[in-house]
Amino acid sequence: MIKPSNIEIDREKGNFHYPTSKYAFDAGVGLSEDVVKYISGVKNEQDWILDFRLKAHSIFEKKPMPTHWASRDLENIDFDVIRYYLAQGQQPSRTWDEVPDDIKKTFERLGIPEQERKFLAGVEAQFDSEAAYSRMKEDLEKEGVIFVGSTEGLRDYPEIFKKWFGKVIPTSDNKFSALNSAVFSGGSFIYVPPGVKLAQPLQAYFRINAENFGQFERTLIIADEGSEITYMEGCTAPKFETSTLHSAVVELVALKGAKIQYITVQNWSNNVFNLVTKRAMAEEEAEVRWIDCNIGSRLTMKYPGVILKGRKARGEVLSIALANDGQHQDTGAKMVHAASETTSNVIAKSVSIGQGRSSYRGLVQIPGHLEHCKNNTECDALLINSDSQTDTYPAIAIQGNENSVQHEASVSKVSAEQIFYMQQRGLNQAEAMSLYVNGFVNDLIREFPMEYSVELKRLIDLEMEGSVG
Amino acid sequence: MSTLQIDNLSASVGKEQILNNLNFTLPKGEVHAIMGPNGSGKSTLSKVLAGHPDYQVTGGNASMDGTELLGLNPDEIARLGLFLAFQYPVEVPGVSIANFIRAAIKSRLPEGENIKAVEFYKELYLKMDGLGMDRSFTSRSMNEGFSGGEKKRCEILQMSMLNPKYCILDETDSGLDIDALRVVSEGINQMKNPDRGILVITHYQRLLDYIVPDKVHVMWEGRIVRSGDKTLALELEDKGYDWIKEEVAAA
Repeated sequence: MIKPSNIEIDREKGNFHYPTSKYAFDAGVGLSEDVVKYISGVKNEQDWILDFRLKAHSIFEKKPMPTHWASRDLENIDFDVIRYYLAQGQQPSRTWDEVPDDIKKTFERLGIPEQERKFLAGVEAQFDSEAAYSRMKEDLEKEGVIFVGSTEGLRDYPEIFKKWFGKVIPTSDNKFSALNSAVFSGGSFIYVPPGVKLAQPLQAYFRINAENFGQFERTLIIADEGSEITYMEGCTAPKFETSTLHSAVVELVALKGAKIQYITVQNWSNNVFNLVTKRAMAEEEAEVRWIDCNIGSRLTMKYPGVILKGRKARGEVLSIALANDGQHQDTGAKMVHAASETTSNVIAKSVSIGQGRSSYRGLVQIPGHLEHCKNNTECDALLINSDSQTDTYPAIAIQGNENSVQHEASVSKVSAEQIFYMQQRGLNQAEAMSLYVNGFVNDLIREFPMEYSVELKRLIDLEMEGSVG
Repeated sequence: MSTLQIDNLSASVGKEQILNNLNFTLPKGEVHAIMGPNGSGKSTLSKVLAGHPDYQVTGGNASMDGTELLGLNPDEIARLGLFLAFQYPVEVPGVSIANFIRAAIKSRLPEGENIKAVEFYKELYLKMDGLGMDRSFTSRSMNEGFSGGEKKRCEILQMSMLNPKYCILDETDSGLDIDALRVVSEGINQMKNPDRGILVITHYQRLLDYIVPDKVHVMWEGRIVRSGDKTLALELEDKGYDWIKEEVAAA
């Protein structure tokens, strides 16, 4: 009775494409050692980085596709037709005026400069393989905050970044972390000095512009003792007939007492394979929170994790996934408790629309020698149509008497009576469905900082509660 | 023209015929009551008028101020000005009362026009005060975990915020204790005005102690079998429905 097309979700926002002048740097089509060497060469990298890349390339070639547990749709990725590096240059501009017009026009249409003016402490805007723009407020620079791209980070601050680079997520973690390690370009390298608390978020925006392209950004955030940072990423691409690959590696390090909040609003077009590895390490009393919102892509596989390494560390994943026709959101969370008194919380909500499919995969590990560890996991799925799909794969390994775990899962459908009730109040079917979906994810949306409504507004009707009295 | 006009309306659900050539007129400015035993088709009438997709209209017409209602979508009928207070209000998890009502009002505004938040809350709070609803209620999820009385108050709150031309109250008294009944009835009485018609559907006379109808109709086997003034309700209270059934059978 309810057609998927009735649901108003703004998936079209990023679906535009301005003709781009020729890329000055192009690694060609397909993947080989030469491509890896080309990328390393244009970046003037030190030998150890090239070695790291080449080793990763050979691991990628040896590793099979994980189709024994994951979607067979992975087999449709043709690594030989993808372009692995496209850039107009390696040095991002510090002002929007210096950004080439065609690229600037794209980011303006996406509202990035406007957001920067309004509420951000810094912005990096990546266009295909490299950042076209990167800037952080000066006072943060004075406090010693570093916010640069991966190339610059490894080149200019090796003493800070080399120590953790590839340590939270080893190259061999999975086939796609190996691929990223071989051809990575762009992404953010952030260091927040001890005790520095960023009042405003840093943001990265990832834009895929070229067809048959693969974007492989690499992000490493180190929050030193007692520091606090919120990082936000958004992403879009125009819709092409051919598939596009996005495969990032994101590593977070929260040292003693530090807090990292990492927010993603993923709105890739439906031809993008989004295969991302995200993991954090939390030392004593540190807190890491992943807020992950996936509404785009053809296939997303992403399970943000936290390794709770120090006593009283806390990890959290709040996840929203919307899967429409032709989409599979395979998302979840990993919580690895490696110290006593650590706590973790996972709340995942998925909405499957039309023939969309959402899967939840969760991993919780608490070994028996630890004490007073807690995990709470809730995953709720909402099915809109009769051919919508959802599945849940929780893997919980808890040992020891002093640890506790709580797991709740639910699957619900919108009833015809609920729709009729909302229609009787004047909402048409699409508005009724939108309102219902908004209600379903509402308690998670509240966790998003208000400012991110820029991305979420079309999706979510913001709570006006309490704003007037 | 200023009427809710029903002519020879017949409707079925599945294979079962429920409304049979029903005739009924509700002029603006009046309050009418439809009474009848369980299964006489009272609730079906309200659902058919509201455009519920489960009911098939098999004959007749229903119009509101001259506009034909049958065949329209439920939301179109609602926006034309027909409000149905549900016997069993439905839960909408995660959607607060305030946001729900805001969405309903917004659906009536021309595209691009927005609700002025300050005025909206002012009006909402005023009306909640009148219905004895705590202001903290605005942030509660629509009907989720509400008591029977809270659900019915919430229906009346929506009705008064949406300013309908015609109101149908389906068994609004069911599940209410005497205090709640009084408060809800007062809320309905405040809705009375020369530009609005109100139809109260009820099984029992007690609601009509508080909401005094201009006319009372008795429904049986899918049609109106008798109409009269408010004394008819008292007669039914006194004698039950059997005598009506017998009269109909005899005729």
